[in-house]
Amino acid sequence: MNAANNCKTLEQIVSANKRIDVVMASLGILVLMVASAMLIGVFVDLLTSGWPRLISSEFYTNFPSRHPEKAGILSAMTGTSLVMLVTAVVAIPLGVAAGLYLEEYAPRNWLTDIIEINVSNLAGVPSIIYGLLALGLFVHTFALGETILTAGLVLALLILPVIIVSTREAVRGIPRDLREAAYGLGADKWQAVRMYVLPAARPGILTGVIVGLARAIGEAAPVITIGALTFIAFLPPSPIQAEAPFINFEWLSSPFTVMPIQLFNWVSRPQAEFHINAAATGVVLMAMTLAMNALAIYIRLRLRRHDR
Amino acid sequence: MTDIAPLVSHGAADPVFGGTTAQFLRRRALWNRLAGYVLALAALASVLVTVGIVYVLISESAAFFRQVSLFDFLTDTEWTPMFENAHFGVMTLVSATLTVAGIALAVAIPAGLGLAIYLSEYAGSGVRETVKPFLELLEGVPTVVYGFFALLLVTPMLQSFMPELSGFNMLAPGLVMGIMILPYTASVSEDAMRSVPMGLREAGYALGYSRFRVALQVVVPAALSGITAAFILGMSRAVGETMVVAIAAGQNPNYGFNPMEGAATITAYIVQMAMGDLPHGSIAYQSVFAVGIVLFLITLLFNLVGFYLRRRFREEY
Repeated sequence: MNAANNCKTLEQIVSANKRIDVVMASLGILVLMVASAMLIGVFVDLLTSGWPRLISSEFYTNFPSRHPEKAGILSAMTGTSLVMLVTAVVAIPLGVAAGLYLEEYAPRNWLTDIIEINVSNLAGVPSIIYGLLALGLFVHTFALGETILTAGLVLALLILPVIIVSTREAVRGIPRDLREAAYGLGADKWQAVRMYVLPAARPGILTGVIVGLARAIGEAAPVITIGALTFIAFLPPSPIQAEAPFINFEWLSSPFTVMPIQLFNWVSRPQAEFHINAAATGVVLMAMTLAMNALAIYIRLRLRRHDR
Repeated sequence: MTDIAPLVSHGAADPVFGGTTAQFLRRRALWNRLAGYVLALAALASVLVTVGIVYVLISESAAFFRQVSLFDFLTDTEWTPMFENAHFGVMTLVSATLTVAGIALAVAIPAGLGLAIYLSEYAGSGVRETVKPFLELLEGVPTVVYGFFALLLVTPMLQSFMPELSGFNMLAPGLVMGIMILPYTASVSEDAMRSVPMGLREAGYALGYSRFRVALQVVVPAALSGITAAFILGMSRAVGETMVVAIAAGQNPNYGFNPMEGAATITAYIVQMAMGDLPHGSIAYQSVFAVGIVLFLITLLFNLVGFYLRRRFREEY
């Protein structure tokens, strides 16, 4: 203790320290409040400036247009849904399989080390680099063009690490006893994994899938990089048709736009009327991603309560 | 928890379980091996993504570097790819990238550290359990929305007391990005601080340290490599972040570090080029991949250092 403190009584020291504690706690709360003010501020700002468009039903049923008051997000919403369909179909099986392999099957050797380092590094690669991958490889080398398929694939690769990591965590959390019980009943490895481990890990995997898809919905950079058009005044061919075989895959090779690109397109225009459309799109986009993230958090919290 | 599924079912139609016991066991062994291979293939596919990224970046920019020397690329201070007399000085884009990321860190380091200290040393578990999901929500906001916010709300707000601020500037996106990476940096450094053993704190208290002194002189130094990792990984995110700068920082390649002016970052340049219809194989098209390599290397460096520090920190405790 230094000389200045020696002159004070114990009570003074304690109360001075308590004051510092209060200051520190209020600083922490202040940072939290700034962060919440930001989240709420963004949402309220979007809501108030986008309100006139949000309440108009034309906004949801119209195509983009040169006239801001007639422009809508129909093609963007359809595009987002179809792109997400491709992303989910590709990323979920691939990510879950890779996660299962790393956690249950992988031998401890250099190849496994490389795969693990690779996955954690992929999680840190900026999304726009994935866009460059898609531009060079999918659009030009594989000649898939600027289509829904390309966008779905690139977003699937982007969220692959998220799904792998959450699958691994979920599988790691399954008690050994469950596996041993399965082996005790005569199951072999694949049966134990498929019939016992995977179903038990399902809620944890689901959380990762939802968080990953929420991220993919909001991603604009990789989709812009592949050169996706921003003015799309038509819908891709419907995946379902009236005559046999009832489904077709023409929509995969159709040009498209998605919600974040539509927002970017409108916010980049000088006219303030388009900014209203951008704000309204932002509200829809934020509502979608926040709802998905909230759902994931809810599943995880319920899961944790279940474990106790 | 899990429904008990029968391991051997007695339906002849079942493709796996039908037939005699010997047949069943043979088929089961086959499926088992097959499943192992298929899962291994999926894991290897993730390596292919990295291979693909490196291959595309190198093969496309190789053509670029045949026309522009590496020396010019790194030392020129002008970036004018579309001009007759084209200049390709990547430092122009790097300077803007670092300026925006620097502003973001200037916000995220003090705020993130303060929040992490509060959550790990002061807040009760109830507060922590509420705040962490909230921070995750904040992380889930799409970055285009943050870009909208930076351009149409933060910039006009700053202009009201900084009249010399241009409509496109690096300050507003930097500040917004700082709050954007705050949840990540705060939660990673909070994890690091919480894994400091209780014994160290108790030793501090036994010496008569106040809670504040324990936090600042015991916990923070003990968790320093974990906290550093948090900010390096945050920096990597700020450098690679695209939409906020593409919307709010403008697309004018300026060499300099003045946050009041707008300037194109690496990511904003890629977006700008991709928006226009680039002829495949032109030098402007190839330049996108050349700056892509620079971006990839910068973030790779930050990520590797960050992962190394984080792993070393985990081994310590």
